[in-house]
Amino acid sequence: MPRRNIEDYLKAIYDLSKNGQAVSTTEIAQALRIAPASVTEMLKKLANKGYITHSLYHGTTLTNEGQRLAEKIARKHRLLERFLHDVLRIDKEKVHSQACEMEHSLSDEAEESLCRFLKHPDRCPDDGKMIPPCNLQIESCAKCIQLHEEGLEEAGKHNQKLVAISNLKEGQCGKIAFIRGGRNIVQRLLDMGLTPGAKICVVRVAPLGGPVELAVRNSKLALGKGVSSKIFVEIESPTAD
Amino acid sequence: MTCHSCSADKESNQKGKRRLKIALAGNANVGKSVIFNHLTGLHQHIGNWPGKTVEKVEGTLQFKGYTIDIVDLPGIYSLSTYSLEEVISRKYIAIERPDVVINVVDASVLERNLFFTLQLMELETPMIIALNQMDIAKSKGIHVDIEKMEQLLGVPVVPTIAVKGVGIDKLLEKTIEIIEKTPEKKPAEVRYGEEIEEKISLLMDALKDVELIYPRRYVAIKLLEGDEEIEREIKRVAPQIAAKAKKLAAEIEKLHGHGCSTVITSERYEAAGCIARAVQTLVPPIKPTLGERLHSFTTHKVTGYLTMIFSLLLIFYGIFTFGDLTSGLLSDLLYGLEPLFRGAFGAGIAGKLVWGGVMEGLIAGIVIVLPYIIPFYFILYFLENSGYLSRIAFLMDNIMHKMGLHGKAFIPIMLGFGCNVPACLGCRIMETQREKLLAAFVTTLVPCAATTVIILGLVGDYLGVHWALALYLFNFLIIFLLGRGAFKVVPGEPTALIMEMHDYRWPHMKTILKQTWFRVAEFIKIAFPLIIVGSFVLKLAEVAGLLESIATVLSPVTVAWLGLPAITGVTLIFGVLRKELALVMLAALLGATNFAQVLTPVQMVVFTLVVMFYIPCVATIAALVKEFGWKKALTITLFEIAFAVFLGGVAFRLLTLFL
Repeated sequence: MPRRNIEDYLKAIYDLSKNGQAVSTTEIAQALRIAPASVTEMLKKLANKGYITHSLYHGTTLTNEGQRLAEKIARKHRLLERFLHDVLRIDKEKVHSQACEMEHSLSDEAEESLCRFLKHPDRCPDDGKMIPPCNLQIESCAKCIQLHEEGLEEAGKHNQKLVAISNLKEGQCGKIAFIRGGRNIVQRLLDMGLTPGAKICVVRVAPLGGPVELAVRNSKLALGKGVSSKIFVEIESPTAD
Repeated sequence: MTCHSCSADKESNQKGKRRLKIALAGNANVGKSVIFNHLTGLHQHIGNWPGKTVEKVEGTLQFKGYTIDIVDLPGIYSLSTYSLEEVISRKYIAIERPDVVINVVDASVLERNLFFTLQLMELETPMIIALNQMDIAKSKGIHVDIEKMEQLLGVPVVPTIAVKGVGIDKLLEKTIEIIEKTPEKKPAEVRYGEEIEEKISLLMDALKDVELIYPRRYVAIKLLEGDEEIEREIKRVAPQIAAKAKKLAAEIEKLHGHGCSTVITSERYEAAGCIARAVQTLVPPIKPTLGERLHSFTTHKVTGYLTMIFSLLLIFYGIFTFGDLTSGLLSDLLYGLEPLFRGAFGAGIAGKLVWGGVMEGLIAGIVIVLPYIIPFYFILYFLENSGYLSRIAFLMDNIMHKMGLHGKAFIPIMLGFGCNVPACLGCRIMETQREKLLAAFVTTLVPCAATTVIILGLVGDYLGVHWALALYLFNFLIIFLLGRGAFKVVPGEPTALIMEMHDYRWPHMKTILKQTWFRVAEFIKIAFPLIIVGSFVLKLAEVAGLLESIATVLSPVTVAWLGLPAITGVTLIFGVLRKELALVMLAALLGATNFAQVLTPVQMVVFTLVVMFYIPCVATIAALVKEFGWKKALTITLFEIAFAVFLGGVAFRLLTLFL
């Protein structure tokens, strides 16, 4: 089975599933424009390889390994979209299919350079989706640029599954892993007690993409969507209602 | 530290009539201003920090033969350089060297507050802690061991409940005690990890011969953190040390895999957490407290919005009813003086100018300020101090964000419906200058009470309520579009909402009343002269018989472009003084109280549209000038005139097709 095929499937499942929810075979078939029968066939193969867990009735979810690969490819895809749109000035409508072609051949090194070159974008141009965090152990973008000057090898690799606070549900808790953003905003968040390693719980999520309210260090903080999507946490205890 | 022997200290240590300097510092919403009010009473002065737009609140107090100047520093969470407030506070403590800094600490959120305390300690200033909100802490099941806290921090701690006045006297006595006899115990030092301490000592050695305004250890730490202000300063006097600090910081980063400032901030927070855990015992109440239940209720996606709409309507209704009633009464009362003036100054030009110019301006000011602005300020401070304001901001952040503003901006906009003036002044709750300006611009477009009078009195009465409603909706649409446009045009980044949601509490009435009073006094000082001069100039024009010529001069705009009777030009000018005057003057000049006889439906709509947007009234312009300076106030005013005229002309042409 060609790598590119695997990547397309994983990315489709990743895009379709929100907060780790299972995805149905029909949804995948529609997204990839492939007959459902062939999709079922392919999903079995992916499950054998350990990328997904798949059952007829519960649908498909990504395993940790699958999630990692999917995030990687989604990141490359979305970075490429930004590059095509922002730098090469290609139409929004055209960047998606072009990026789909290119994402499979982009090396990790090129991905890192692209991210730096684009000054660490947050979202892609066509549908405003979040660009997944890069998997380097660095807590802000300013740091990434600096580290590059000193040699990137020094930075270790993330292995946990990271989620932006804006993607957490009410009642979910996590430990802060890193914050994306400029020096000023990072310092401000640190000063409010959002330091790496600090435990946070989401108390309230305002409707329609509004701010979130966090419990951190025995106090409550409200964070607008713009900031909460820049703070990435390792989920500790999933859904405790 | 060499700085301790500087001249200011020596002066204040001399016998005789002594003057002391005390600063209040702490997080926002910890009861700092309540303590400040207890200490200073009415001897307060609100101004700005020299050359800055940040408010400076000062007061004086007599105690045991001392004259004590107290400065209420802005409420901040850190002494880094995130905001102007932080830089100002830090510089004040380091350069002005107050005799004592009273650090107000919220006992119910100890960890976050101690993080700030530790930074104050690093500035090596003499200090004392007012451990405030002991009652809220108690209701949350938090008990604090005061002695242990004093021991761990090496700083005297006085428990207080400021809203009830508990502990204030003791706080003052202890403060004086610190000044009279320097305590043997020095504040504890925040110790960082071995690898960081090592670098701090290296830098401190290197800084030995450099003259500094901040303590040496503090400078060393801040250099490692990459503090912009201090780095710049050191680069100027000793570039090799700045370079060395950079290198050392890079080593720490390599070791930890995090930026050096992140590592140091984290460790400082850990130290704060450590002390907090050591001194407080927590027995959480089994049932959630009333405040917590109220919090869940008022931030819930259904009940939260319902509560918000209900309370806003109630506030609105209350203020309007109160305002209308008092405004009417006051106006009757003051106009009752008219015969008296006429008698004194005669019916000649002098009489006309004194009454119609000066007095009418004064009356206009009084009937706006007293009935509307006072209750608005009072409620604004009530909402802010009780904590409901931050809940509203939380709920409205999303919608406000579409205009590039965050949730807090909803408050001034809401105020704007009553009167644009307090709304503009209320924009100071926004963080950055850019956001203050954007919010103020939007609020000047909100239809205020006077505009409502015109919309309802003209369009509502003669064309029907649905037309009035349509105009309102159109107004909201314009606000939204222009707000969005301004957000795109004014340079700068939107700041995201980062806001502490402190617990609900019953506010301290005296503090609110004082805050209200100082604001109103401030407003009177700026707005009244402008209103009176404006009114005088208009009257002068009238007496000189210039009104007709003004109407003629304006007729290309009013008649040709807007399709209105020429005389409306005059009424529009009077509307600048007070918007409802536009309607009153229209009746007077057209000599009719039945507007249907003199205006066509299209003219009514066009006239109302123009009045809605054409200019902020004189008082609002005064508020804009005060907050943003002449240039920006004029830009907004001119833009709105041009916009309203444009809009009115287009509406005239479109509406003639349909009506």
